[in-house]
Amino acid sequence: MNVKTILLCLVPVFAQAQGFAGLGSGADGFAIPQPDPQFSFPADHGAHPDFRIEWWYLTANLKDADGTDYGLQWTLFRSAMAPQTQEGWDDPQLWMGHAAVTTPDDHFVTERLARGGIGQAGVVADPFAAWIDDWRFDGIDVGTLSATGPDFGYDMQLTASGPFVRQGKKGYSVKSASGQASYYYSQPFYDIAGTLHLPQGEIAVTGTAWLDREWSSQPLSGDQTGWDWFSLSFDDGARMMGFRLRQTDGADYTSATWIAPDGTPTPYEDGSLRATPLEVSQVAGRDMPTRWRLELPAQGVDVTVQAINTQAWMTTSVPYWEGPVTIDGTQSGTGYLEMTGYE
Amino acid sequence: MTRAVFAALLSHWKRNPLQLFTLLAGLALATALWSGVQAINSEAKASYNAAAATLGEGTFDQLIRRDGQPMAQDTYVALRRAGWLVSPVIEGRLDGVRIVGLDPLTSFGGLGPVQVAQGADIAGFLTAPGQAFGHQDALDALPPGIAKVVAPDVAPGTVIMDIGAAQRLLDRQGQIDRLIVGPVQPIRQAPLDTIAPLLSRQIAHTGSDIGRLTDSFHLNLTAFGLLSFAVGIFIVNGAIGLAFEQRRPVVRTLRALGVPLRRLMALMAAELAIMALVAGGIGVALGYVIASLLLPDVAATLQGLYGATVAGTLQLRPSWWLSGLGIALGGTAMAAAAAFWRLARLPLLAGGSPRALSMAAGRSAQVQGLIALALLALAAALGLTAQGLIAGFALLGTMLIGAALALPLILDRVLALAERLATGVRAQWFWADTRQQLPGLSLALAALLLAMAANVGVSTMVSSFRLTFTGFLDQRLASELYVTAEDPAQAAQIIAYVTPRTRAVLPIASAPVQIAGLPAEVFGTRDDATYRDNWRFLQTAEGAWDAVFDGDALFINEQLSRRSGLTLGDTVPLDGRDFRVAGIYGDYGNPIGQAIIAEPAFTTLFPEIEPLRFGLRLPATDVPALVTDMERDLNLPPSATINQAGIKQFSLDIFDRTFTVTTALNILTLAVAGFAILMSLLTLAALRVPQLAPAWAMGFTRRELGRLELIRAVLLATLTATIALPLGLALAWALLAIVNVAAFGWRLPMYVFPLDYLKLGGFALIAATLAALWPAWRLSRTPPSDLLKVFSNER
Repeated sequence: MNVKTILLCLVPVFAQAQGFAGLGSGADGFAIPQPDPQFSFPADHGAHPDFRIEWWYLTANLKDADGTDYGLQWTLFRSAMAPQTQEGWDDPQLWMGHAAVTTPDDHFVTERLARGGIGQAGVVADPFAAWIDDWRFDGIDVGTLSATGPDFGYDMQLTASGPFVRQGKKGYSVKSASGQASYYYSQPFYDIAGTLHLPQGEIAVTGTAWLDREWSSQPLSGDQTGWDWFSLSFDDGARMMGFRLRQTDGADYTSATWIAPDGTPTPYEDGSLRATPLEVSQVAGRDMPTRWRLELPAQGVDVTVQAINTQAWMTTSVPYWEGPVTIDGTQSGTGYLEMTGYE
Repeated sequence: MTRAVFAALLSHWKRNPLQLFTLLAGLALATALWSGVQAINSEAKASYNAAAATLGEGTFDQLIRRDGQPMAQDTYVALRRAGWLVSPVIEGRLDGVRIVGLDPLTSFGGLGPVQVAQGADIAGFLTAPGQAFGHQDALDALPPGIAKVVAPDVAPGTVIMDIGAAQRLLDRQGQIDRLIVGPVQPIRQAPLDTIAPLLSRQIAHTGSDIGRLTDSFHLNLTAFGLLSFAVGIFIVNGAIGLAFEQRRPVVRTLRALGVPLRRLMALMAAELAIMALVAGGIGVALGYVIASLLLPDVAATLQGLYGATVAGTLQLRPSWWLSGLGIALGGTAMAAAAAFWRLARLPLLAGGSPRALSMAAGRSAQVQGLIALALLALAAALGLTAQGLIAGFALLGTMLIGAALALPLILDRVLALAERLATGVRAQWFWADTRQQLPGLSLALAALLLAMAANVGVSTMVSSFRLTFTGFLDQRLASELYVTAEDPAQAAQIIAYVTPRTRAVLPIASAPVQIAGLPAEVFGTRDDATYRDNWRFLQTAEGAWDAVFDGDALFINEQLSRRSGLTLGDTVPLDGRDFRVAGIYGDYGNPIGQAIIAEPAFTTLFPEIEPLRFGLRLPATDVPALVTDMERDLNLPPSATINQAGIKQFSLDIFDRTFTVTTALNILTLAVAGFAILMSLLTLAALRVPQLAPAWAMGFTRRELGRLELIRAVLLATLTATIALPLGLALAWALLAIVNVAAFGWRLPMYVFPLDYLKLGGFALIAATLAALWPAWRLSRTPPSDLLKVFSNER
C-alpha cells in the first residue's frame, strides 16, 4: 500500500461529499440543517465549515458553431474532518475539485485534492471566489470559470440571467423519509460562453450553465445506495431539478423542483417525480441507465432524457457518471444527468 | 514396475551413503552461498527502493532552491495556483531519525510506502498530533505525542508523517525542503522563473540514486555468490558422474530385464530432482543463516560508505525460496547433463564392467585441452578489446572456465616433468601414482582453483578500492578541520574568529548545474597551496592550476568526463561563460558529475551562493583546542565541526567492516573447495586399494603410504594455488579495468598485496591438508587383510 491507499482512505470523506451510500455516520459536532432556513447572500455563497460537506457544482450544456453538443463540469467539494477551520496544515477542511468536458465521442476528466488552511484551495463569499490550484470560479453573477487537466482545459465567462432558486422547502431539501436533509439552492440561469481547449484544438462554445450549492452534515440515510439526479433546461425558459435516491429495498425517494422561467420554484415531495430507465449502456464494466423517461405529471412533464455520450464516466477517486443530456417529449431542451452508487 | 526400478536405483545410495552425502552437501552448500548472497543483495535493494519510493528520488523531478535553503510554504501554494502539480516534502533529523513529512493529498502514486491499516483513520494522519509510520526502532526514538504506526515498508531509520506534523516536530513551521514534480502536468502552467525564480528543477534519476552507487558493492557479492555456486556445482558434477559410472551394471541389468531406456532415464531424473529439491531446501535455509549473520556488517558498510540505510534484519521473502530451489534444480541439471548424455547413448549390453572415472577423463583430455585453449584465447582477445558490462562478464566467464579446464592438463605436464626428474624408485612411484590419481581429483582441484582465484580477485579489488579511496580521502580532506555555519552571518563570525589561529581558511561553495546536458555540481576553489600540493589528476594539461585560477579553465571529475566524452582542452559553457577543461580527477563514490572553478569565477556566476562550509588549515595538534574554543566562544554545536582525522578513521572503520564480509566469504568458499577435495579423496580411497596393495607388498609401510597420501594432497593444492594466483590477478584486473568502468564510470588503479595472497595460499593449503587428513589416516589403518585380498581376488 502507498499514498494511493491513503487516498482510498480519503474516499469515504469525499464519497460522503458525493452523497454515496453506506455513509450514514453520525454528525458528531457538526451542525445539522434545520427546516425553514434563512439564506443570506452573498455570505452563503461562501463555505460553511461547521457542516461536514459542501459543494459548488457547476454544469453547462454547450454548442460550438457547427451545432455539436458539449458538456462541461466544474466542481469544488469541501469535506471537513472536524467542524472548524484554522490556519496551516492542521486545518481539518479538505478540498477536492473535479473538472470534465464531454463531447459526443470523448470524455475528459481530471481531479485535484488540496488541504485547507494553506491557501491552496478555498472559497471566499464576497467578492465571490472559489479555487483549487489553478482552477478558478470568480464572481457569482458575472464571473469567469477555468480549469485545466493533462489533456484538456477551458476558460469561460458566466452571466446570470435569473435569480438564485431555493430547492426543496425554501432551501431545505429533504433526502429521505427519515428526515435527512441538506441546504440547497441553485443558479440555473447562467448564460455561458468561452473556449474549450481540447486535443483537437480550441473550440469556441456558448450555452447555458447551472450552479448547485448544497451543504449538509449527513445527506443520506443508511439504506440509500446512490442517486440519479437531473437538471433540465427547457427551451421555453423553464427549468426542472429532480432526483431519485435508490434504497436497498428497491424503493425510491424522489424529489423535484419546477422552476418557472422567472425563477419561481415549485417544490414537489416524494412520489411526484417518476424516473424510469429505458436503456442501459455498459459503462466501465457495469450497466448504467443512459436513457430515461422522466415524468412530473403535476407540471405535465413527460420527457425522454438521452445521454449525449453514454460513456461520461468520471474516473475520479470516487467514480461516478456525470454528463450532458438532450430532452425530447412534452418539452425539449438540454440538461445534465448524474448517477452514483452503481456497482 | 516403476516402483521396483526406483527401488533398485535408490539402493545404490543406500550402499554408498558417502556419495549421497557428497551430492546433497555439495548442492546445499552451492545453493546456500548463492542464496545467501542474493538474500543480502535483495534485502539491501529493498531498503533502497523503500527509501527511493519514500522520497520520490530517482522517480520524479524535483524543485529545490538553488542555494539549497528551504523554501517558503507560500512558494508551494503559488506554484500550485499557477498550474504546477507539485507535492511538498520536508525532511530533517531528530535524534538520529530521519523525519520525512509529506502531503498525502498531493503526493504522486507510489510515493511513500505508508502501510495504512484497513479502516485507517486518515483524519488522524492529517490532523494534530498526527501519525508517524516507520520501523519500530525509528518510532521508539521519536518524542511522545505523535501516534506511532509500525510500517515495515518504510526505509529503515526513517519515519513518514504528514507535512504539518513534521514541520511541528522539526520546529520548521512554514518551510518546505523540496517539491516533487508530478509526472503528468496540466496543459498550461506559468513559467517556473516567474512564479518561483529561486527554484531550480532537478531531473529525475540523478545523483541521489543510492542503488547505482552501491552497485559496485553488490557486484562483488554477486561475483562471490556465483563463483561459490560454480564450485559447488563442480562437486555435484563429480558426485553424479561417479554415481552414474558405478550404476552402469544396474542400468544394464534393468534394461536387459526390459525396462525402457526412456523410463529409466525419467526415473533417474526424478531421483535427482528430488535430491535437488531436498538439498536446495537445506541450502536456502543455510543461506538464510549466512545472510543473517553477514547482514549487519553489510548494512554497516553500506551506511558508512554510501549513506544508504539498510535494515539490519532479514525478512524471509518467498522469492528466495523459489529462486534458491530453482538454482538448485538448474545446477543439478547442468551437473548431470553429461552423465545423462552418456547414459542415453549407451548400447544395451555395454558398460557392464565398472570403469574408473579416470579412464573416461583421460580419453577426453585432448578435447578438453583444445576447449580450454580456445576459451583462454577468447578471454585474451576479450581482455584486449572488451568494453561494456556484458563483454566484461564474458571475459570473466571464459577466463575462469578455460582455466578450470586447463588445470588438469597443466598439472599433468608438471607431474610428468617431476616424474622424469625424479631419482629413486619411491620418488618415481610417488609421481607416477600422483599423476594416475589426477583425473579423479581434477574436479575438486578445479573447485579449489576457482575458489582461490575468486578470493585473490575479489580481495585485490576490494583492497585496491580501499587504498585508492583512502588516498583520495587524503587528497580531498587535506584541511585539518571543517566547519559548517548556519547562515552567512555566522560564517563571517567564524572567519573572523579562526583567521588569526589558522594558516588558511578555505571556503567550500557549490552550485547545481548542467554540464553537457548532465546534472553536475560546480565548486568554487580558492587559490591555495592546499589544492596545488595535494590534488592528483588522472590527466592534466600544462599549467592547469594557473589556468583555473586565471578564471578560464576548470577541472572535471572522471565520471563527467566518461559520460559526456569531455576531454582535456574541450570547452564547457557555464552560464554563458566558456571554460576549458584543464584536468580530470578521480572522484570515487560520487555518482554525479563535478567541476571545479576558481573562487572569483564562481562568485561571478553564482553571486547568490555564500559559502557556509570552510576547510581550516592549521597544525593537527591545535585542532582539538580550536574546536573546544569555537564551541565555547561561538556557541557552535558539535555537529558543526568535523575533524579530518575523525572522518578518515570513520572511513577506515567502514572498510574494516567490508573486510569482515569479504573474509567471511573467502573462508566459506575455501571451505567448500576443501570439502570437494575431501569427498574426492574419500571416493577414490576405495578404488585405490588395488593400486596401493602392490606398493605395500613391496615394502612400503601403511603409515608411509598414508603420509605420502597427505603429501600428495598438499602438493597438488600448492600447485593449484600457484596457478590460481595469476588467474586471480587477471580476474581482479578484469573487474577493475573493464567491469568497474562499464558499471560505474571510473577505473580504479590495481594494487597487489603479496602478503594477503600468501595468507590465502596458506588457507588453501590448510583446507587441502584438513581434507586429506582423514583419508590418509584411514589408509594408514587399512587392515592388511584388505590389501592382501587384492592378490587373492581379481575383483
